[in-house]
Amino acid sequence: MDLNTIWFILIAVLYIGFFILEGFDFGVGILLPFLGRGSNPEETDLRRRVIINTIGPFWDGNEVWLLTAGGATFAAFPLWYATMFSGFYLPFFLLLVALILRGVAFEFRSKDQHPAWRKLWDWSIFSGSLVPALLLGVAFANLARGVPIDGNMNYVGGFFYLLNPYALLGGITTILVFALHGAIYLSLKTTAELQGKCEQAAWRLWMPTVFSLLLLLIGTYLSTEIVDRLGVNPGIIPISGIVAVLLSGYFIRRRRLGLAFISTMFTIAATLLTFFLLLYPDVMISSLDPVNSLTIYNSASSPYTLRIMTIVALIFVPVVLLYQGWSYWIFRKRIKSDPQTLTY
Amino acid sequence: MDPVLLARFQFAITTIYHFFFVPLTMGLSIIVALMETIYVRTGRDVFKSMTKFWGKLFIINFAMGVVTGIVQEFQFGMNWADFSRYVGDIFGAPLAIEALSAFFLESVFLGVWIFGWQRLSKGLHAATIWMVAIGSNISALWILIANAFMQQPVGYAVENGRAVLTDFAAVVLNPKVWVMFPHTFSAGLVTAAFFVMGISAYHLLRKQHTIIFNHSFQIAAIIGSIAVVLVALNGHSQTQQLVSNQPMKLASAEALWETEDPASLSILTIGDLTLRDEVFSIRIPRLLSLLSFNQLNGKVMGINDLQAEYEQLYGTGNYVPPVAIVYWSFRIMVGLGVLMLLLGLYGLFLVMGDATDSHTTSLKIFLYAISLPYLANTAGWMLTEIGRVPWVVFGLLKIPEGISPTVPGSFVLTSLILFTLIYAALMAADVYLLAKYARMGPTPYTAEPSQPAPDTEITFSVAAE
Repeated sequence: MDLNTIWFILIAVLYIGFFILEGFDFGVGILLPFLGRGSNPEETDLRRRVIINTIGPFWDGNEVWLLTAGGATFAAFPLWYATMFSGFYLPFFLLLVALILRGVAFEFRSKDQHPAWRKLWDWSIFSGSLVPALLLGVAFANLARGVPIDGNMNYVGGFFYLLNPYALLGGITTILVFALHGAIYLSLKTTAELQGKCEQAAWRLWMPTVFSLLLLLIGTYLSTEIVDRLGVNPGIIPISGIVAVLLSGYFIRRRRLGLAFISTMFTIAATLLTFFLLLYPDVMISSLDPVNSLTIYNSASSPYTLRIMTIVALIFVPVVLLYQGWSYWIFRKRIKSDPQTLTY
Repeated sequence: MDPVLLARFQFAITTIYHFFFVPLTMGLSIIVALMETIYVRTGRDVFKSMTKFWGKLFIINFAMGVVTGIVQEFQFGMNWADFSRYVGDIFGAPLAIEALSAFFLESVFLGVWIFGWQRLSKGLHAATIWMVAIGSNISALWILIANAFMQQPVGYAVENGRAVLTDFAAVVLNPKVWVMFPHTFSAGLVTAAFFVMGISAYHLLRKQHTIIFNHSFQIAAIIGSIAVVLVALNGHSQTQQLVSNQPMKLASAEALWETEDPASLSILTIGDLTLRDEVFSIRIPRLLSLLSFNQLNGKVMGINDLQAEYEQLYGTGNYVPPVAIVYWSFRIMVGLGVLMLLLGLYGLFLVMGDATDSHTTSLKIFLYAISLPYLANTAGWMLTEIGRVPWVVFGLLKIPEGISPTVPGSFVLTSLILFTLIYAALMAADVYLLAKYARMGPTPYTAEPSQPAPDTEITFSVAAE
């Protein structure tokens, strides 16, 4: 296995880690206005604070997975980084704005009493979670489908090319998967009546999510080269992804929310793995001419750089997994609806 | 509008803005960690109060640093795609390492620190804020390694129209890094020190929580004074390096139009930018040679001679940066540095004389002095980046060659305007919160008797507002 393939896999792992971890952060944010509701303003505010506190210790560390995935893309495949980030300029800009507003909102929201203040930041958390989910789905679907790239490795498609039906389907599916994933997460981290509402939300989200994923799978057959690249039978990975999302519904019904969470984790991983399998050995498929496609070879850094980065990754990734895992262990308890115990 | 100019403005605005928050994060993380360590070692609750108070301000600021930082990582690819393609083999690695080794460290452990007061032992909890301090300062190291390559490329070769990494150790050990990093690290401490002194002064003037703020002021005055000296010493080393490595930047910073041996230092120069000559100048003879070479003689190249030399080396073109900006940024930075040194020493003087209770009027100056490091930090970055014009990578890639060729000017104008507006709004919210919590003082008390009270058990509620 050559260095370029190793790095393709590593970047896939980073993006999968990001989707799994920030996936439930985004899901929680999307559900905030819906589950953060009470019979009076105090209860509403308390519920919202509880929901935010479930991801309070984790969201920032989870977001770093995106930064690492982007940084690793820059380091290992700088031409992919350049073409993708400049080509998808406006969507990435919107993504940045959403992430900025969401990040500040978590920290600022509960530090002032004014209802207007809290409402503003609640809205920032919601849209700062919904928009990234949408845009990430749109971006990855476009990568799978292929975009117009010319002979100079430049994206020449403009803005509206990216809003094709398949990409929008990818965006909506991502929103639903994240919302389901987030609802299950909330069911594991809340208590009493709120926990019940979260479980109910998870159950309600399950069917639409399954439906959307199946549509996406069909769309992938119609809009991408999956048949040419992986064959008519795509293999165990996408199939197990569908099985996993079906299982998640089963587990939600049986109130085995821990297993449900593992199932949605698996769904996300399998979906992304399918995507990366489809892509390999390209990194950006050109819809204009296959010759123009960016590959793991023509867009990569030198072998020397890849070797250095491999050593760095081998040292740091296990360390990160260790202490990030430890942080999840420390805060494994459910969040009680008691204002005295809420930090955010 | 010219896409190159728009891209430059956006990068400048977003970077300067990001660097409003970063130095405070770098320095205050260390100061808060110190306070918590003293608490753990001595068991004195006053230090726990200090940790919590300054920690709260720290986390408000930290959030702004994080979100403005995400923009930075994306911006290279978004707005400077050809730059990314050209230097990616070398430049991408430090950024990836920054994320893996530093961002994860500070972000994960800050989450644990904020939420973990009740869940961890005192020692372990203190260790987490040290991880944050290490993470944020190591982050500075790696991004400076990347920036240093742009100023002074090392460890590379050019192959097929791209720069390729040939020596990773050379890139990390780039001498430029090892003056830039200590300089920036110290500047972080200065920023935090003046922040702490200023807010402490506010409370001491009102005779509120005097024990807490006397302790805080003391720690900050000591750290700040030492740090200012370190900033100056490293700044001096940096400038000495410029003599051989980026002489045009130095010449511009000195408005030295003509080569001089021995070379004079400018106190004040008004120049004619078209004629590229002085109109009026107050200069100290020999001083520039002394500073550059540690002796009273020595040739320092002037702007005009360097321009001719570069045209020979690199072809026709304008190799002179905007001299007025570079010159005045340098003056402002150094001038403010001198002022901060004096104020730091004055702070120490007050502390040593136990005089922070009595010198009330002069304490006020520390409140205004909070802004000084911010101005100096900004001036410093303007100096070092604009002084590199027309290069984005010195000697290898010029600015217009680095932008994203397919991003229309209208896109950049849109993002530029929106970033500026959103950043302005967030700044307002950030200052509002900082001012609010700074004024509020340590919880749960809002006022203390003006008699110094014995350290009593202070119980803390973890509840936010």
